Amino acid sequence: MDLRYSDRKLFVGGVIIFTGIIFLIRLFFLQVIDDTSKLSAENNVLRHMTEYPARGLVYDRKGKLLVYNEAYYDLMVIPKQVEKLDTLDFCTTLGITVDDFRQRMEKIKVYSKFKPSVFEKQLSSEFYALLQEKLYRYKGFFTQTRTLRKYPSRVAAHLLGYVGEVDDRMTKDNVYYKSGDYIGVSGIEKHYEEYLRGQKGDKVMMVDVKNVPKGSFKNGEYDKLPVSGLDLISTIDGELQAYAERLMQNKIGSVVAIEPSTGEILILATSPTYDPNLLVGRVRSANYSLLAKDEFKPLFNRALMAQYPPGSTFKLVNNLIAQQEKVVFPQTTYSCRMGYSAGGIHVGCHQHPSPLNLMQSVQHSCNAYYCNVYRNILDSKKSVREGYDVWRKHVLSFGFGKKFDTDLPSELRGLIPSGDYYDKIYGKSHWKSLTVVSLAIGQGELGTTPLQLANLVATLANRGYYYPPHLIKKIGNKKIEDKFTTKNYTTINKEYFQLVIDGMEQVVEAGTAARSKLKGIPYCGKTGTAQNPHGEDHSVFVCFAPKDNPKIALAVFVENSGKGGTYAAPIASLLIEKYLTDSLRRPFVEEFILNANLMPKPAIDKTVIKKETPSD
Amino acid sequence: MRQQNSIFDNLDWVLVALFLVMVFLGWFNIYAAVYNEEHKSIFDLSENYGKQLVWIGSSVLIALFILLIDGKFYTVSAYPVYGLVVLLLILVLVFGREVAGSKSWFEVGSFRVQPAEFGKFATSLVVAKYLSTLNIKFEDLKTKLITVLFIAAPALLILLQNDTGSALVYGAFLFVMYREGLSGNFLMAGVAIVVVFIVTLLFDPKIMMWITGTIAVLVFFAGKRTWKNALLIAVVAVVFSGMSYSVGYVVDNVLEKHQKTRINVMLGKEDDPKGVGYNVNQSKIAIGSGGFTGKGFLNGTQTKYKFVPEQSTDFIFCTVGEEWGFLGTFVVIVLFLFLLVRIIYVAERQKSTFTRIYGYGVASILFFHFAVNIAMTIGLAPVIGIPLPFFSYGGSSLWAFTILLFVFIKLDAYRMQLLR
Repeated sequence: MDLRYSDRKLFVGGVIIFTGIIFLIRLFFLQVIDDTSKLSAENNVLRHMTEYPARGLVYDRKGKLLVYNEAYYDLMVIPKQVEKLDTLDFCTTLGITVDDFRQRMEKIKVYSKFKPSVFEKQLSSEFYALLQEKLYRYKGFFTQTRTLRKYPSRVAAHLLGYVGEVDDRMTKDNVYYKSGDYIGVSGIEKHYEEYLRGQKGDKVMMVDVKNVPKGSFKNGEYDKLPVSGLDLISTIDGELQAYAERLMQNKIGSVVAIEPSTGEILILATSPTYDPNLLVGRVRSANYSLLAKDEFKPLFNRALMAQYPPGSTFKLVNNLIAQQEKVVFPQTTYSCRMGYSAGGIHVGCHQHPSPLNLMQSVQHSCNAYYCNVYRNILDSKKSVREGYDVWRKHVLSFGFGKKFDTDLPSELRGLIPSGDYYDKIYGKSHWKSLTVVSLAIGQGELGTTPLQLANLVATLANRGYYYPPHLIKKIGNKKIEDKFTTKNYTTINKEYFQLVIDGMEQVVEAGTAARSKLKGIPYCGKTGTAQNPHGEDHSVFVCFAPKDNPKIALAVFVENSGKGGTYAAPIASLLIEKYLTDSLRRPFVEEFILNANLMPKPAIDKTVIKKETPSD
Repeated sequence: MRQQNSIFDNLDWVLVALFLVMVFLGWFNIYAAVYNEEHKSIFDLSENYGKQLVWIGSSVLIALFILLIDGKFYTVSAYPVYGLVVLLLILVLVFGREVAGSKSWFEVGSFRVQPAEFGKFATSLVVAKYLSTLNIKFEDLKTKLITVLFIAAPALLILLQNDTGSALVYGAFLFVMYREGLSGNFLMAGVAIVVVFIVTLLFDPKIMMWITGTIAVLVFFAGKRTWKNALLIAVVAVVFSGMSYSVGYVVDNVLEKHQKTRINVMLGKEDDPKGVGYNVNQSKIAIGSGGFTGKGFLNGTQTKYKFVPEQSTDFIFCTVGEEWGFLGTFVVIVLFLFLLVRIIYVAERQKSTFTRIYGYGVASILFFHFAVNIAMTIGLAPVIGIPLPFFSYGGSSLWAFTILLFVFIKLDAYRMQLLR
């Protein structure tokens, strides 16, 4: 036996053991110490599949559906799985060109060859049925169900709002949203987004290397089921809203109606409006830019955002403040000779009996009376500024000059100028009650929205308090916020309201709105004219009905239509009739309103500036 | 003197037991790698684990058959077996079927055989036979050349089949020759070439020259400072430096593109997790995600869902790593070390030179497979597609390794018979 090289076995054995030890060290690092591969393994194999919940529906106060979801289908593709596709047949079915097909596929492949991408968005159910028959031939393509909002009665576009894809900023700010998700962009879709959207589900699937799902991870232990969004019951009366929108056709303006005993908004109509179905799905962006370019601004929600001087309707407020401040009493009379003149200022008035007492001042809407009364309020304190501040505090208690901050989409606050404002313009204590006398008759620097005026009449109907106007009365089975059902008291004592209400009844019975009187329904109203420096004045009518136990409070604005009695009051009367009796007994009034086309000529003659102070 | 009455007498039961344990563990991991819920039957012949069961059964029969045959047969038939295999390797180039770029398979019906797998056995036999022949001394240059020729012939034929991995295995015979008296310098040179090759690819040849020079000077001052040593060291340094420069040339002009990419990925110079680096990357992820105790039998997600390619063949070690964790990989590596050291131990106790040399052949081949396969799965070597002995799926390789090992076991048992 040859023993010369026998000790070389040690070297060979050594190499073997050494290799083994190197491997063990490496494996110890790879498997025990280093955690990165565990993460990579999870990324490899786990796919979180989002399951979208059904968005909540919206009903009107009578249970009629205002918004629902309609199923449609996205055609999806996983490029890696596309095999033996008859491109021409496929393109013919979809109605696209082969070039278009190639371009889309190129784009999709850049994003990912393994992940599903949308090939064609929002196919209708009819097309889906057709496609479904052929789909087996198109390997790698499949459909995914989605939903779109649908508005069966085509009304209330502004308040319902619309749903759109989230933008990049939103996905950064809020972890809930992922690119491609939908979110309420405006209206109650936006305000109630958290309730409507529900909760997305998360299904954890294991996938193989080809991204083919192989089953749920740990028997669904980590899955989260989607939770459907909550249905909303709106305060809106769908039928009444539709009727209001119909009456407002070919007119610019808005109608707001509130149920005084609850603050629930029955009508929130703005004109011109649009069919909410226009802002859904594929056509949205095109339609949106068309609407945005329209010169009559159909996207502008006049009911909440248009700020007009309240005109004569504001005399109701001044009347109450004067009573509260005891500067006027029911028997106080002032005479009027076609207006009010003092210190070189003349405020015109119209033909009416004179002198008038406090209630008659409401009925005849006497400008002179209110100029006197208003100056009395401001001058009753140590200084005009102090008097003004007291007056302003009362005004704010009616909900003017601030937002109600409920669930209304983008309402504006309006304007009740502060004392500082006048101090700044005229200098401290350099202004007198006469300086701001136009506020007496609701003109001047005042800005109020139709909603605020509707709330004013609701407050009158309640004799001194209001509930913040709101649009939703129930969220699923939940109650709405307490804030919505809390009375907001004005700073006016209850006993002062009766006189104003009686005066308003006279407006309808024998005053500026006498033509809109309703047989059997005594109601209270007040006409007004909002000054418009750009053209014909805006016609305003506010009212509540019936006089006793009021059910509805209304504010109607019709732009460029002159005095309130002409168009605004008849519209209000028709709505009252419809709401309270569900019938129409004056077809000629309806016909008159429906036929009225008050759209201004595109070019408004700016040389015609109204100098005369309006009054009704 | 005992009466010999059974083929199981004098068997080295340690080796037999190690073989059975490894084949058994291998099958379990193949089952796990291929497992899917729809095909649970272990006898499903349409799945790899079902087929492997057949291969294992037939391997056991082959092992029994080998033990039945007289030990003398193997010494006698070394040349004919070698001749036959070389012939087959030539024939496969002409009649073979190309699978995955390698023309290395004979196909008869649904039955496929890879003659290269048996080349290792035949070469071990022939080298043992030649070197144990009377009057043949390994010290003679002629002997060395003929030995290298015996080794190189099948290696070259396999290289022609475009199966680089299998051809490289023949390099393992360096260990055999070293044991029989080849200068340690050759083994060192072999290792040095590999090291220089890899380091040069990682660094610039100029840096490599500086490193070589520094080491040369250090070595000179550390050893005897004679003119002879200085000259020797200088020559070695110049040769290494020359090699550094040639490496770039070899990589750019000689290697095929996929080989080049594999090497670059292994060295971390090229990051391509979805392309060539994909295998290695996924393999490391799978093994690493196993943690200390593993995810449990059949619970490996990476291997089951096919993130690791070739997971039942070349990458079977991933399944071990993922499902059994560090404990599992530890056991497998220790099993291999035990097997290899045992083979060397058994080889060294032989009186017959033939058996000893053959034993070293077995150990070297198994070691090479073990080292390269596992190094590849844990990212220490480029992807060279060679199986992990006894574990990987595959009939030809399992048969070949069984024959390789059991002929050795038989020869060892036969040793005792010679003593009678």
